[in-house]
Amino acid sequence: MNKVLMQGNKIIGEAAIRAGCRFYAGYPITPQNEIPEYMAERLREVEGGVFIQSESEVAAIHMVIGASAAGARSMTSSSSPGISLKQEGISSLAACELPAVIVNMMRGGPGLGNISPSQGDYFQATRGGGHGDYRVIVLGPDSAQELADLTMDAFDLADRYRTPVMILADGMMGQMMEPVIFKTPKPRAYPESFIMKGAGAGKSKIIRGLILDPLDMEEHNWTLDRKYQVIARKETRHELYKADDAELILVAYGTGARIAKGAIKRLRESGLRVGLFRPITLWPFPTNELRDLAKKIENFLVFEMSTGQMVEDVRLAIQGRARIGFHGRPGGVVPTPVELANVVMRKYDRKEGIIDHY
Amino acid sequence: MMVKTIFSGFGGQGVLMMGYSLAHGAMSAGYNVTFLPAYGAEVRGGTANCTVAVSDDEIASPIASEPDYIVVLNTPSLYTFQNRMAPGGALFLNSSIIAVEPSRHDVRIFKIPSSEMAEKLGNPRTANTVMMGAFLKITGLVPPDIYLRSMETVMGSKKKSVIEINRKAFAAGHEFLKIAE
Amino acid sequence: MMKKVFGRPQSMKKNIFHYCAGCGHSIAHRLIAEVIDELDIRGITIGVPPAGCAVLAYNYFDIDMIEAQHGRGPATATGIKRVLPDRIVFSYQGDGDLAAIGIAESFHAANRGENITVVFINNAVYGMTGGQMAPTSMLGQKTTTSPAGRNNVLDGYPIQVSEIFSLLPGTAYIERCTVNSPASILKTRKAIRKAFQYQIDGLGFSLVEILSPCPTNWKMTPIESCRWIDEVMSKSFPLGVIKDLPAAAKGERKKGEQRHDG
Repeated sequence: MNKVLMQGNKIIGEAAIRAGCRFYAGYPITPQNEIPEYMAERLREVEGGVFIQSESEVAAIHMVIGASAAGARSMTSSSSPGISLKQEGISSLAACELPAVIVNMMRGGPGLGNISPSQGDYFQATRGGGHGDYRVIVLGPDSAQELADLTMDAFDLADRYRTPVMILADGMMGQMMEPVIFKTPKPRAYPESFIMKGAGAGKSKIIRGLILDPLDMEEHNWTLDRKYQVIARKETRHELYKADDAELILVAYGTGARIAKGAIKRLRESGLRVGLFRPITLWPFPTNELRDLAKKIENFLVFEMSTGQMVEDVRLAIQGRARIGFHGRPGGVVPTPVELANVVMRKYDRKEGIIDHY
Repeated sequence: MMVKTIFSGFGGQGVLMMGYSLAHGAMSAGYNVTFLPAYGAEVRGGTANCTVAVSDDEIASPIASEPDYIVVLNTPSLYTFQNRMAPGGALFLNSSIIAVEPSRHDVRIFKIPSSEMAEKLGNPRTANTVMMGAFLKITGLVPPDIYLRSMETVMGSKKKSVIEINRKAFAAGHEFLKIAE
Repeated sequence: MMKKVFGRPQSMKKNIFHYCAGCGHSIAHRLIAEVIDELDIRGITIGVPPAGCAVLAYNYFDIDMIEAQHGRGPATATGIKRVLPDRIVFSYQGDGDLAAIGIAESFHAANRGENITVVFINNAVYGMTGGQMAPTSMLGQKTTTSPAGRNNVLDGYPIQVSEIFSLLPGTAYIERCTVNSPASILKTRKAIRKAFQYQIDGLGFSLVEILSPCPTNWKMTPIESCRWIDEVMSKSFPLGVIKDLPAAAKGERKKGEQRHDG
C-alpha cells in the first residue's frame, strides 16, 4: 500500500472514485473547490463517470437524486451556505430512501460568514437539516486517513441503509495535506431491484416522497424511524484517547479533536490526567459509550469551534451524572493546542464543571 | 520533536512548492507531516504562504502560531511573520528582494540572495529551490538525497532539464551557507 | 366485423383521473401515454412528475416514475439521463414549476442541451394550491393573489418560456400547442411524438408547451375555458413550432466530447 501526500479535498475525491462513485454534481464554493475540480478530472477517466457543474447547489442535489435512483453511486459536496441550499434534496433523499454521499467542508457562519474552518453546522447536520422527520448519518473525520476511510464507508452505509450520509469536516481538513493510504474498498452490494431504469416488460416502479394519506405517511415515518434506530444501535463509532486514568475528559470531534489531542499532550506533561472522547459518528451520537464513561469520570469539557452545539448531545448522554464544561471558538477561529491546554488547566484546578456556557 | 515552518512570498515565487516538497520529503523520511496552504481571500491578492509541520509524533494542529522557522521571499512576508516566530528559531530571507533588516534579534537570521543566484544559474524561477538548499543545510530536517527525490516527485512530469537546474539550485543554496559559515 | 377504435393506452394504469372536469392534464397524460405506446418505449421510459396538480401522475402512468421536488424535475431528469443515456426521460411540469421556482433548473437543462423531453403545462395559474397568480398569468387576469388583476408594474409580465428557451443553442425542438379542441389535441399529440423521437435520435432538449384549460381556477365552464385559450391566452402565447433545428443541435452535440448521451 502506497502512502501518498494529498490534500483533504482531493483525498475525498479519490476515495469516492475508488469506492465506485460514478456521478458527481456540484457548484463552486470555498473551501471545497478542489473536490469538484478533482471529480471533473477523475470522472473523465473512469468508465461511466459523469461530472456536472450544476447551475446551483439545489440543482446539484436533485441531479444526485436522479443519478442515485438510476443506480449510480452519487456524491455532491459544498460548504456551509451551499449545504443549506441542498437541504431540500437531502430531505427528499431521506424520504425516498435513496443512497447518496454529501460532503460539507464547514466554514464560518451564519449567513455568508467567512471561508475559515468552523464547526457551526453540527445542529443542521445531526438533526436532519431539512424539513421533516428524518436523520442523516454524519461522519466526522479528523485526519487525512479518516477522510479516505470514512468516505469509502459513507458509500457503504448509504447503500446499506438507503439513506443520505454526510461527511462533516471543515476548511482546515479540506485544505490540509497529510499522508494517506487508500484501502481497497469492498465491492458494491446494492440490489438491482432498487434501481430505476425503466419497467422493461415488468411492473412499473414509483419513487416518491409524497404520501397524502396521513396514516400512510405516519407508517412511512415509523418505517424510517425503525431504520434510524437500527443505525443508532449498530453504527456508532468513537475514539478514546488517553482516557484510562483520566480525571477529566475532553469531548471534541474533527479538527477540534486534533487540537484537543495536542492540548492533552501538553497537559499530561504537566501531570494533569486528561483524556479525549472523540465521536466519529456525530449522528448516531455515541451516547451509551459516553454515558458509560461518565460512570467513572466526573469532569467533562466539551470543545467545539462553535458557540456550543455538540455540548447538547453530551448533556443528553451524560444526563447529570458528571459535570460538563464548555469551551468554544466560533466564527472561523482555530485555537491552538496551547490555548485549549490553558483553558483546561484553569477548569481542572477548580474541578468545576458547568462553566462559561450560557 | 515537532517543527513548524512557514513559507511565504508572492504568488508565482514557488512558495507552495517549497512547502509541498518539504512535506513530501519529510514524509519519505518517515515523519508525520501536515501541509496547510493559506486559502483565504488574500490568496487572490498575490501573496502566498503555507505551513508545514514535521513531527515524529501525531500532529495535532497544522497551524503554526509560533513557527520555529520562517522562509520569506518578499518584504511583506517578513513583516507578517517575523514577530510570530518562536525565540531561538531560524529566519531565512531572500536578500535579493528584501532590503530591510529583520527586527528580531533572538532568532538566527540567514540571508540568501536566492533570486540573483538563480539568475546566475540560468533560471530565475529556481530561487525557491536555492532557498530550500539553504534551509535544509541549516535545519537538517530532511537529508538532501531524500528531499531531492521528493522534489522530483512533486514536480511531476516536468522536463529533465528543469529537474537538473533545480538540483543545481538546491546545491548552490546548500553550498552558499557552508561558505558563509 | 368489429374494429376497436378507442382503448386505454398500455402505458396508463387503470385508475380514474382525479383532475377537475375540463382540465387539460388528463388529455396531456393520455397523449404522452399513447406516444409511449406508439414508439414502443414503455419499458425504457422514466417519467419525472412535478409538484402541482400533476404530482400524482405516477398513479396514472404505468411506467417508472420518480417524483421531483417543486421545480427540480429537469435536474432530477438530468441525473437519470446521464447515468442511463439509453433510457427515455421526460419531465412533466406546470407553469409555476417550470417558469417560477424551477426556472434555473429548466433553463440550464435546456442550455446544456440535455437529451430529455419536457412537457410543459401552461394554464396561467397555480392550480393545486387554489388559483394563485402564476408567472404565465395574463395581464389583468384575476387570481387569488392578484385580486385586482395581474398588474405589469407590480407583477411583471407573462413569461414566454418557449420563446426564451428557443434562443438557447442546446434546444432542438420547441413547439407550443393547446388541447382545447379535437384538432389541437391531434396537433399536440404529433408534437409530443416528435419531441420523444428527437430524444430517441439523440438530438437534444425538446419541449412541448401546452396551453391547458383550468376551468376551476379560471372560474369558467370548460367550454368558456377552451374559448379563453383561443381568444386571450394564445394572443400572448402564440401557437406553433417555435424552434426545430435538429441538424444544428446534432452538430453542437458532436463537438462535445464529454457527452455520455450523444
